[in-house]
Amino acid sequence: MNASHETIVPEQDLLLELRRKVYPRSVSGVFARWRWTMVWLTQLVFYGLPWLSWPPLAGSWGEGGRQAVLFDLGARKFYLLGIVLYPQDFVYLTLLLLIAALSLFLFTTVAGRVWCGYACPQTVYTEIFLWIERRIEGERGRRMALDAEPWSAKKVRMKAAKQAAWIAVALWTGITFVGYFTPIRTLMHELATFTLTPWELFWIGFYAFATWGNAGFLREQVCKYMCPYARFQGVMFDRDTWVVTYDPGRGEPRGRSVKRGAALPPSAPLGDCIDCGLCVQVCPTDIDIRDGQQYECIGCAACIDACDKVMDKVGRPRGLIRYDTLRGLEMAAPTPAGRSGAGATVATASVASRWRTLLRARVLVYSAVLLAICGASTLGIATRSPVKLDVVRDRGALLREVKNGVIENVYRLQVTNGVERARRFVIGADGLPGLGIDSAPEFEVAGTERRSVGVRLRAPPDAGEAGSNRIRISVRALDDPDAVATSGATFFLPDTRGSR
Amino acid sequence: MADFLHDGWGVFIALVVPLSIAACGWLAWSTSRVRVAREPDGSVGTTGHVWDGDLAELNNPLPRWWLYLFYLTCIFALLYLLLYPGLGRYQGLLGWSSTQQYGDEVAAMDETVAPLFAEYLGRPIADVALDPEANAMGERLFLTYCSQCHGSTAAGGRSFPNLTDDDWLGAGTPDYIKTTILNGRQALMPSMAAAIGGGESVDDVAHYVLSLSDSVHDAEAAARGEAKFAVCAACHGANGEGLAAVGAPNLTDDVWLYGGSLDSVKHAIDNGLDNHMPGFGDLLGEGKAHVLAAWVWGLSNVPAEGAGQPSAPAVDRPMIAD
Repeated sequence: MNASHETIVPEQDLLLELRRKVYPRSVSGVFARWRWTMVWLTQLVFYGLPWLSWPPLAGSWGEGGRQAVLFDLGARKFYLLGIVLYPQDFVYLTLLLLIAALSLFLFTTVAGRVWCGYACPQTVYTEIFLWIERRIEGERGRRMALDAEPWSAKKVRMKAAKQAAWIAVALWTGITFVGYFTPIRTLMHELATFTLTPWELFWIGFYAFATWGNAGFLREQVCKYMCPYARFQGVMFDRDTWVVTYDPGRGEPRGRSVKRGAALPPSAPLGDCIDCGLCVQVCPTDIDIRDGQQYECIGCAACIDACDKVMDKVGRPRGLIRYDTLRGLEMAAPTPAGRSGAGATVATASVASRWRTLLRARVLVYSAVLLAICGASTLGIATRSPVKLDVVRDRGALLREVKNGVIENVYRLQVTNGVERARRFVIGADGLPGLGIDSAPEFEVAGTERRSVGVRLRAPPDAGEAGSNRIRISVRALDDPDAVATSGATFFLPDTRGSR
Repeated sequence: MADFLHDGWGVFIALVVPLSIAACGWLAWSTSRVRVAREPDGSVGTTGHVWDGDLAELNNPLPRWWLYLFYLTCIFALLYLLLYPGLGRYQGLLGWSSTQQYGDEVAAMDETVAPLFAEYLGRPIADVALDPEANAMGERLFLTYCSQCHGSTAAGGRSFPNLTDDDWLGAGTPDYIKTTILNGRQALMPSMAAAIGGGESVDDVAHYVLSLSDSVHDAEAAARGEAKFAVCAACHGANGEGLAAVGAPNLTDDVWLYGGSLDSVKHAIDNGLDNHMPGFGDLLGEGKAHVLAAWVWGLSNVPAEGAGQPSAPAVDRPMIAD
């Protein structure tokens, strides 16, 4: 079965076992096709997005446009197509994380570990690296034989070719990742002229190393021992969750056709499982799904694809290993050798059971909350004010008396112009009778820039209470009266009792 | 925070920490040697404990590479303590300290900006005041170092001079401003109460002083006070117009650094004034002081450009006169 680098003494094990390398056999079928579709989709997006420009079809980036998706950490501006996000918009990142978490909970409770088996980067990159490995080193049997061979020129050549291909993919992944933070065309230019900055070099190397290490070597160790999802996804299942499962009622007792009717008494006919072991050979985490639900199972359904093909060959219905709910599995009554009704790969459970899956309280609650948060996020971003204002009042001197007893308070306004073109703004202040602006009320701020503007407000000494008075300072765009930001502030008037 | 001062603590740490790291490593190694029996049918055994009647815990083996990673952390820890300070007074092979790192960073920064300031130092202050980049630097320097006292728009407050007007206690030249920034200023007015005659005389002189600037005053008291003003004229001048050489203010204008009310003036005459600006030469160096002086001088000597232009300093000049 699996190659072992350690002879296990049957009676005693060390508490820390050497890892047994997994050689997944290649598999094709419905679910393998789904997985490769996800590989193409996710990687098209990941590798492709940094190359998009905004506005679309903008030519050179100097004057015409910029990278469409760019997280400019240094300038603290985050570009998502036409939207520019600033650190003050951090709440949308929080909402995005909430949406991601709730989506995960929702589809996990409905369909099990579909994230793990089809879309997780660990799976995606392992698939890509495995594909490369198969192309160079061959199918499962040949790979195992090659590893067991002593080193030779041929082995060195094959291993070197594989590593070179892996490193190339890993480096391109690292470069693309950094391309989300430094414009990727700039990165390309710097690569060609050997002028990468130290940090760019470091992060490209780091992500390339992580990709190469995780997808080339660690593989299932990540899923089994490092990933937190593996541990709590089990908590999100219940009896109505669709999981990859073996039907022991139909499959047991397992045995090869050559033994059928020969070694066993006729009263104990064999189940559909012929014990070919293919479900174990294709498993990327090296488990036997026939043992039941296990935390190592990443729900990739490779065993389903493999078993269905075998069932086709031996003339039995598909679905010996299938997606089913645990409740549905119980309801599929064990029948005499091999016939369990419908021959579909999907569950044979009743219609009522399927609806029960979707109409569970937790599914409805997750869906409702998810919908609400998606709606709130969309509304929030759509109605964001394009002007941001923070008022920082002078503290060293709270107030100053100028001619005729008029009192002056000084503030600094931090104004952020959210749109990508320069804009002129005008300051307004109200809240006290006779409150006026003494400094220049108009100023200009460049696109997506922040500017610190000094403001001097003056009011008669009897305009309000002694001490602090609440006022409001506003900044309004001259070309759009609706683009306005207001902030509360305080205006200090002197305490006139018995002072100089 | 500063309780464990005795050197004995350093010795304690120097002994306990490496021993603990070694002990952890040994513990991991020795437990990795333990062998556990499997069940007769070959499946993994349990830890032997049973809870709630039938709940047992499987004793599955852990990955060996966890052990190797742990050994790596022990080695890293010991290496780290060899290279960096951490055990008592031992300074570490690399001789690193946070103050040294700070000093290095400041020196590197100074070296980077030295040519920039050297260029400005070679030009007269009045010329630097016209340079938009120098203005932007000057404003940022001002906001960092000067705005706490002089206000973020440089208009000052009680006992902190207004730097945006033309009124200077001294010469008001660019060099005067730069010297002030570098070395500070001391304002000293002695108490004049005794010299004038105390009590009601102080009141009369105060009214007279207010009359000099056409502020609200009592004409009769002012008339009496005029005669007693002679001792004040020694510094403030016969007609009260001030003496830049000794830093005595002009009493005939509207600028009152310490308050222009009757009580304020009387207080100054009675008690004198002692105002102090610290010198910033050690903190800033001559380059920054030069650029700052140019910006401050420009506030009252260089007309503000149109507010729409990006080169205009953000401190906007008053549209309404005082």
